[in-house]
Amino acid sequence: MSKRRPYVRSMDGWWKKNPFYVEYMIHESTALFVAAYAFTLLVGLVRLGQGEVAWNGWLEAMKSPLSLICHVVFLLAIMYHTYTWFKIMPITLPPIIVGGKKVGPEVITGSGLLAAVVASVFMLGLVWRIAQ
Amino acid sequence: MKAGLKRSNAPIFWSLFGAGGMFSALFGPVLVFITGIAVPLSLMLPSETMSYPKMLAFAQNFIGKGFILAVISLFLWFAAHRIFHSLHEIGIHAGLGAKLICYGSAFVATVVSAVVLLGLGF
Repeated sequence: MSKRRPYVRSMDGWWKKNPFYVEYMIHESTALFVAAYAFTLLVGLVRLGQGEVAWNGWLEAMKSPLSLICHVVFLLAIMYHTYTWFKIMPITLPPIIVGGKKVGPEVITGSGLLAAVVASVFMLGLVWRIAQ
Repeated sequence: MKAGLKRSNAPIFWSLFGAGGMFSALFGPVLVFITGIAVPLSLMLPSETMSYPKMLAFAQNFIGKGFILAVISLFLWFAAHRIFHSLHEIGIHAGLGAKLICYGSAFVATVVSAVVLLGLGF
């Protein structure tokens, strides 16, 4: 039938041509690490449900060098997710008006990052208190 | 004949994405640090922090159950939505199969978590 072979532009590496798109792809890919961490916890929860021996096996696996390296990577990736999540928030939120003035993007990003620091310190402190 | 527009399901998935994105932005790093680095290395926190009796008690507590379910399911709903919408960027046509894999895994993980948490009792 048709001999037409329409030209389809390749999508290979389009995002490498512009630093803005490189950053975009990096921050979008942090979702993979969030998913990997959630699956790690899901396995832990299933092992907890299977009893003490299974749970201790999971705890032991968490001490392996591979797991520690993975968690350092998760930590860096998810911290980057935190940073970009609040950096983009001024664009994703509807405009917030306080006292007749629109709240500036740096205020929104700053409050978000501050909230993340407070949440982290609070969580660590709470777990530390319970562990004593 | 049916008149009117079909209701979109997008707000549901977008809400789960938003909630999971916010929750993981606020608590993701500290949780990774606690469960994956501090406790395994006994760094800042004793290794018994996550001992079987303590974790069982946490998972049997009403608030603990809610927290565990929220972390696992919301993190995955967030990731599923973001990964699904990024497929187009790497040249994969995001069809029904991709949708089922992304949102399906988040759904299955949510159900599995809920079943285990209920099974652990109160």
